[in-house]
Amino acid sequence: MNYEPVIGLEVHAQLKTKSKIFCSCPAGFGGNPNEHVCPVCIGMPGVLPVLNRRAVELAIRSGLALNCEIAEITKFDRKNYFYPDLPKGYQISQYDQPICRRGHLTIGGKEIRIHRAHLEEDAGKLVHAGAAGLHGSEYSLVDFNRSGVPLLEIVSEPDISSAEEARCYLMELRNILRYIDVCDGNLEEGSFRCDANVSVRPVGQKELGTKTEIKNMNSFRAVQRAIQSEIDRQVAALERGERIVQETRLWNEATGTTHPMRSKEEAHDYRYFPEPDLVPLVVEREWVNEVSAGLPELPEQRRTRYVEQHELSPEDACLLAESKELSDFFDRAMLAGAPAKAAANLLMGPTVWYLNENKIEFSQTHITPENMKDLIEALNAGTLSSSTAKQVLFELLKAPGDVQAIVKEKGLAQMSDEKGLTEVVSKVLTDNPAQVSDFRGGKTKVRQFFFGEVMKATRGTANPQMVNKILDELLTR
Amino acid sequence: MKELVGKSVQELRALLGGKAVSAREVLAAHRQHIDSVEPELQAFNCLTEDLAARQAARVDKLIADGEVLPPLAGVPIALKDNICVPGYPTTCSSRILESYRPPYQATVAERLQEAGAIFVGKTNLDEFAMGSSTENSGFKPTRNPWNTAMVPGGSSGGSAVAVASGMSVIALGSDTGGSIRQPASFCGVAGMKPTYGRVSRFGLVAFASSLDQIGPLGRCLEDVAITLSVISGHDGKDSTSLSLPVPEYVKELTGDVEGLRIGVISELTGQGMDAEVLESVELAARQLGQLGAGVEEVSLPATRHALAVYYLIATAEASANLARYDGVKYGYRHRQAEDLLSMYRASRQEGFGVEVKRRIMLGTYALSSGYYDAYYKKAQQVRRLIKEEFDRAFARFDLLVCPTSPTVAFEFGARTGDPLQMYLSDIATIPVNLAGLPGISIPCGFGKSGLPIGLQLIGPTLGDAQVLRAAHAFEQATEFHKKRSPVLSAA
Ligand SMILES: [Zn+2]
Repeated sequence: MNYEPVIGLEVHAQLKTKSKIFCSCPAGFGGNPNEHVCPVCIGMPGVLPVLNRRAVELAIRSGLALNCEIAEITKFDRKNYFYPDLPKGYQISQYDQPICRRGHLTIGGKEIRIHRAHLEEDAGKLVHAGAAGLHGSEYSLVDFNRSGVPLLEIVSEPDISSAEEARCYLMELRNILRYIDVCDGNLEEGSFRCDANVSVRPVGQKELGTKTEIKNMNSFRAVQRAIQSEIDRQVAALERGERIVQETRLWNEATGTTHPMRSKEEAHDYRYFPEPDLVPLVVEREWVNEVSAGLPELPEQRRTRYVEQHELSPEDACLLAESKELSDFFDRAMLAGAPAKAAANLLMGPTVWYLNENKIEFSQTHITPENMKDLIEALNAGTLSSSTAKQVLFELLKAPGDVQAIVKEKGLAQMSDEKGLTEVVSKVLTDNPAQVSDFRGGKTKVRQFFFGEVMKATRGTANPQMVNKILDELLTR
Repeated sequence: MKELVGKSVQELRALLGGKAVSAREVLAAHRQHIDSVEPELQAFNCLTEDLAARQAARVDKLIADGEVLPPLAGVPIALKDNICVPGYPTTCSSRILESYRPPYQATVAERLQEAGAIFVGKTNLDEFAMGSSTENSGFKPTRNPWNTAMVPGGSSGGSAVAVASGMSVIALGSDTGGSIRQPASFCGVAGMKPTYGRVSRFGLVAFASSLDQIGPLGRCLEDVAITLSVISGHDGKDSTSLSLPVPEYVKELTGDVEGLRIGVISELTGQGMDAEVLESVELAARQLGQLGAGVEEVSLPATRHALAVYYLIATAEASANLARYDGVKYGYRHRQAEDLLSMYRASRQEGFGVEVKRRIMLGTYALSSGYYDAYYKKAQQVRRLIKEEFDRAFARFDLLVCPTSPTVAFEFGARTGDPLQMYLSDIATIPVNLAGLPGISIPCGFGKSGLPIGLQLIGPTLGDAQVLRAAHAFEQATEFHKKRSPVLSAA
């Protein structure tokens, strides 16, 4: 039988506010354990939460970017459960009146609906001594720095139908949240966390199969692998005639499989009820309109613009728009007058290579849009070859500079002087008589060797067309 | 020295302003009185001696510098031990918080301090303010100064006793279902629960957040009015506090009730009320009529459901509010537990008293899946009905009256075996909290045993001033407030 997966994702995105959602402690990553805490976020008796309006604003911003309806009235609820990282014994969240509802985003032409997005506070973090978890540890410590950090939980509809699509959805969602500057989107640091609901059903069947919830996936790759592994597990189980048990399963990166969480830890009745310490929030339409007016261009719009206005291929447009930083720079280079195709190639090729190689962000580089324009001009004028252009580009990324100055200083200007080049080529041929006779004996492949030797002798600055021309002349003579 | 005990705020102000006495002397006189009566009454969980000395010295400096004295300069005040004052324990009379010292100050404490008040100590209460006799204190019983065989009421029993016995001039209590008004009634003093949101709850250890409200207790209405003005007003740290200007309540005490329309709540002036209580309340209503108010009966049938609604909503909120006492961060922890769950269980089992555990169970049940709609949600709907019924009544009346409590103070142990009997103590005060209204209890007579009887006056939302005005007019026209508890008249 053929099965089709049905997948829904729940994402917890940490909102980039200066302070926490219900107190004035700093909300950023880092700090010594329990350095960013106060009586409110460690749940001391008698303290009260006060809502951070900036967190609400970032939630509205996210909702609008995800095509959601923004609630006119929203409220907070208490979600009750005991755990040492939850200082009040309840989490302030939103239950039946989330701030955002009914949105969607598009991946590869397919619309994935968003069921809801709601605000809540993060819990603290446990550090266990002598074991991976609370169970079996010698002792455990709590760090409340993260407690009270604002989160937006974004819940998709079960519209995703493959592990690959799940990864694309997540990447697009993260990209959107980064574009609108509400979330760092860092999976490793936990500022962007994902749980997946996975079920399978025979193709053509209407009813949904029993779902499981997968947790503990810390990278895009892990999400894709975990979901695929769970799909495979469920299909295999069904084919053996077994039933799927509704449960929470943890992804194990090392074994590449999911395993069930201990049932004791998930048997929760959260006993939601309205948070009496906060009043319902009326979200004025003027506020929503203001936030809407301040929304930047979104990835989808940018991709379309690159294809239509700059005539990039859809693939290139997609690749370039994936990074807001890189494509922001691309846009500035366009304003400076750089040609689109060449700029896109330089950014997506050698620039991305350089960033990966040095493990840095684009914001840590020094190139200016004018540099980019000059670089491409030098390339088009024949002053630089593609190989020397790359060297200049790396210099510009490394430190502030000027194309002409670097070319001069490093002696990278393309050698197009016919007399000089003829001398170099002649020397290469005289130094390698054996290869010359091979060539003349019919081994024409040796020609590549001569070309390489000439380039080596000129440190890549020789004008390739001229080298070819001179080689032809001297070898056929 | 003794003559400094039993004075009102204005009397002390005159003495201090005229440099007849110093704040230190006022404090010393009260300390001396505390030393003599506290061993028997047991109103305090702790005395804040160092803080009081510093506060008195500050007031004396103001006097010496010829500064204008703030409204409560040099006035000894007692704070219920669920209101946070840094440097001293805030225990809520619970073993689970026995060692807890908050690093922050309640907004009311801050405002009192700015107004020059002198904090003499933190008063005993029913554990986490859950109770009507202060017998649920995890530490000790507090005795009624009118008759020490009787309970003082609760949960703000310690605060009512401190004021009635003269150990402090005024006190703060908290009122979730009657916890200021009922002990005020039992102890023969005035005690007010302001409109919900009038006074900041920041630094008040929560019992039921949508019902809790801090309020003053005093031996006269003027003291209550002055204190209420000091502690009222918007607080950025409490999202439920109202951002409306605060009147100078003392100026509202005109003695004039001419033309005031007063409704006597028929559901709360019949069955279930002791005859002597009803008699005094009827006389009081007639008295208000003689002062020029129009008095009529009014029926509020929905109030019959108030007790049931209250014990669902208050316990539901409490079940969440008290979840933080889990032995992890502060307070009592059972040390021998083998794992997390048994640590939670043993810490809470041993740290909380019986009544607190009963209410946590009740509230947890009311919120549980499958029961939420039938209990918590239904209770919220009936709460709205009660509120609407009050709103309709206030379209016809300016004030409503009824007894504060069905009985005078009862003996220790008389109701501890029957929680429902104990809960019925608050049958007349609970509807006021559910509707968020201002209510006050003032002395209106004495029972056959010589114990005080309280009259409750209830106003519309933000009608705190008219509640105070009518209560004051009644006080001025009668002698009840002048009768002092034996402990104080002997001082
Ligand atoms: Zn904090």
